[in-house]
Amino acid sequence: MLFLLQDGITNGAIYALLGLALVLVFAVTRVILIPQGEFVTYGALSYAMLATGQVPGTARLAMAMGVVAFALDLFAARKSLRLRFVARAAAINILFPAVILALTYSLAGPKTPIAVNIALALLIVAAIGLFLYRIAFQPIAHTSVLVLLIASVGCHLALQGLGLVFFGAEGLRGPALSSAALTLGPLRFTGQSIAVYSITVAFIVALWLFFGFTLMGKALRATAVNRLGARLVGIRTTLSGQIAFLLASVIGAISGILIVPITTLYYDTGFLIGLKGFIAAIIGGLVSYPLTAVAALLVGTVEAFSSFYASNFKEVIVFTLILPVLVLRSLAAPAVEEEKD
Amino acid sequence: MAMNQRLLPLVVFALVMAVIPFIPGVPPFWIVLLDNIGLAALVAMGLVLLTGVGGLTSFGQAAFCGFGAYTTAVLTTAYGVSPWLTLPLSLLVSGIAAVLLGIVTVRLSGHYLPLGTIAWGIGLFYLFSKLEFLGRNDGISGIPPLSIGSFKMLDPGTIYFAIWIAVLISAILTMNLLDSRTGRAIRALRRGHVAGEAFGVQTPSAKLLVFIYAAVLAGLSGWLYAHFQRAANPTPFGAQAGIEYLFIAVVGGAGYVWGAVLGAGIVVILKEILQSYLPYIFGGQSQLETIVFGILLVVLLQLAPTGVWPWLMARLPFKPGRKVPDTSLTLPARVREPGASSVLLHIEKARKQFGGVIAVNDVSFDVRAREIVALIGPNGAGKSTTFNLITGVLTSTGGTISVLGTKVDKAPPQEVVKLGVSRTFQHVKLVPDMTVLENVAIGAHLRGHAGALASMFRLDRADEARLLAEAARQIERVGLGDQIDQLAGSLSLGQQRIVEIARALCVDPLLLLLDEPAAGLRHLEKQRLAALLRQLRDGGMSVLLVEHDMGFVMDLADRVVVLDFGTKIAEGTPAAIKTNPDVIKAYLGATA
Repeated sequence: MLFLLQDGITNGAIYALLGLALVLVFAVTRVILIPQGEFVTYGALSYAMLATGQVPGTARLAMAMGVVAFALDLFAARKSLRLRFVARAAAINILFPAVILALTYSLAGPKTPIAVNIALALLIVAAIGLFLYRIAFQPIAHTSVLVLLIASVGCHLALQGLGLVFFGAEGLRGPALSSAALTLGPLRFTGQSIAVYSITVAFIVALWLFFGFTLMGKALRATAVNRLGARLVGIRTTLSGQIAFLLASVIGAISGILIVPITTLYYDTGFLIGLKGFIAAIIGGLVSYPLTAVAALLVGTVEAFSSFYASNFKEVIVFTLILPVLVLRSLAAPAVEEEKD
Repeated sequence: MAMNQRLLPLVVFALVMAVIPFIPGVPPFWIVLLDNIGLAALVAMGLVLLTGVGGLTSFGQAAFCGFGAYTTAVLTTAYGVSPWLTLPLSLLVSGIAAVLLGIVTVRLSGHYLPLGTIAWGIGLFYLFSKLEFLGRNDGISGIPPLSIGSFKMLDPGTIYFAIWIAVLISAILTMNLLDSRTGRAIRALRRGHVAGEAFGVQTPSAKLLVFIYAAVLAGLSGWLYAHFQRAANPTPFGAQAGIEYLFIAVVGGAGYVWGAVLGAGIVVILKEILQSYLPYIFGGQSQLETIVFGILLVVLLQLAPTGVWPWLMARLPFKPGRKVPDTSLTLPARVREPGASSVLLHIEKARKQFGGVIAVNDVSFDVRAREIVALIGPNGAGKSTTFNLITGVLTSTGGTISVLGTKVDKAPPQEVVKLGVSRTFQHVKLVPDMTVLENVAIGAHLRGHAGALASMFRLDRADEARLLAEAARQIERVGLGDQIDQLAGSLSLGQQRIVEIARALCVDPLLLLLDEPAAGLRHLEKQRLAALLRQLRDGGMSVLLVEHDMGFVMDLADRVVVLDFGTKIAEGTPAAIKTNPDVIKAYLGATA
């Protein structure tokens, strides 16, 4: 019983992180981020490959996407090209991924410390997240949620396909962050699960501080509430979108790195993990971070228990969990008029 | 002539599709592709209605195909039921599943809806793949082919006809439905529920209707699929497939019935080309087609966010003509009881609180028969809130509001309009991609009776002709006869307000509520509006209007009610109000 709960909470913590990222991206950009799952697998599998001393293909992908993003930036500003602009665009789109690529090639090896591998994997996925927004979503940022959603699906397909190219069809596991373990009464906490808990809590607190107490965090919230209004008071909404994607990809990659020592991940595992984060996010109403975190723990726990008692119907139970919640939400929701295009 | 214009492209399309299999040299493989296109088009057509027209995004359509396919698979293999008998059952099962899921789902607002559909779509997929009697992951094989007499539709070339006849019939029924009283109600859904409900549209049931309709089309596709493949397994009914149907609809043009067919063609053929040619170009990378497909999708959306079909239509050298309503037809007028009390609208201490803010503070006034009453006051005085209380958009916190003696303070908008109270909106609420005529006809919604089924089979034409005639008459009456066939979104804001008045007049109201009707009108247009309102009053109608143009109000109104910060500060004839010190203070801030 108790170990099921423990297992559920560990999974739930990961779903909570992903749920938070989804809420963040949706609130700021209105994009329902289906490729969130790819950020997870990219982070996890890049880390696992680095741990075996290989250079993951994701580093080259980041470089390639940087080049495309640079070209788009130049094309978008073709009427008023200034040196400073070009230099800035080149620094972000070319120099940043180039440095990551160079670092990866020079540092990758069988004896590279775990911390360096983690840092490299995070940097690579962060760059991919940033460029993904620039390339796929920034040009259509003004369109309807539906169009953004379909574009998001397109990104998911492309990234998942690339994942197979980079990592192969075989699953990978990464080395644990720490081999320490702690026994408390009947429960045994591995260093890994403690890391999962502490990093999740740290992220929730950090996001809360970021959105509550920094100018950039408030600007992001303003963009979420009213895009046009935010622009009128001088917030650069494209920057907000890029930051949201950057944060989401880092969070995704961290979740991946946290679970890859516990379970074997395949190139396409991310989709399902991301979807469970989704369920947590929906239960949280796509707006509330604490509620999303609580919901994620619930999803993780239900999953752990149902995989023990009715393993065949595990996914059915997890995904239908959402229906009663949606009913409650609809009953509670005020009948407000929404203007949509 | 009108019939020909509608039917001619259909007949040509049907003939072309019928001839294709008989052209010598057409590879059998093309026929398989066309079969797949037809199957996908059926599901996408449901999505056009649900998502493109109704604004309800669903990722779960593939699951409804599953219901259709598994119903026939189980019944034909385990119980030996004839495939033709399972057709209605397949549709019924999909429909019932849609009712159950729809009751839960369609009430969800905004982004909850697509997310909810993803969740149950995936849940159902796992259910299909785990249930023993559905054959778990292996599914059910050995499904008998469709047959007519001793003729069995075994190969792709024969079931081709069944599939495309289904596509054609569904397309015709869908277009018929959209071009009807129910269709207008559905098309108004995407713009929010307030406008439709103000004219009697039951939005929740309209949403449920399109949800069921889309599910039944998906069930039909599933039924055909099962007899085409002669097997059913969970894979084609999963989340990926659900997502793919949605982008077929979006790529084709989510608001257009033929966009679904075009989109299905584009997506199915594109995938096929990628699958068969990419490996030659780049060597054996198996996942390459998904990568390229994903990238192409993103690029396509950036180039044509509204889809390919409208993009093509805009480039056609000729424009489809529109039918002219026969204005000699009339609708029965509202029964006006001669002995009814002269007080039409009675408001007694109406109150509305939003948290700590009192938007309307114990306001009382009457509107009598044949009278124009103006409700004026500075911005934020509670005028529009009062309108919303009267029309049932908001429920009052206290006091009573009654229309001809019937209390309406708890009544929904659909009931208030039945009593003969119709309104316009301060922020224009028209459907921009519908014509003026269609928009105005929504006003006559309650005066027509044809339902969805009657519309699909064109049994509603007499009813429909009378509604359109009434709409055309009211458009003529407000002086917009020349704009009748233009899209409402293309008119100036002032003209759109006039369209709203015509729509309100279609109710055949006793009391007309106008929220800032003169805003955005030019001087001459204002004079014409004033003349129209006087003429309506002399014809027996009462008008309650909110307006900021004092010249217009003072000239027109029989009586004026002044609100300030939610409280009534004065009531009287225009002359008395002009000199009322409280009113002057409220408007100018100090004693002038």
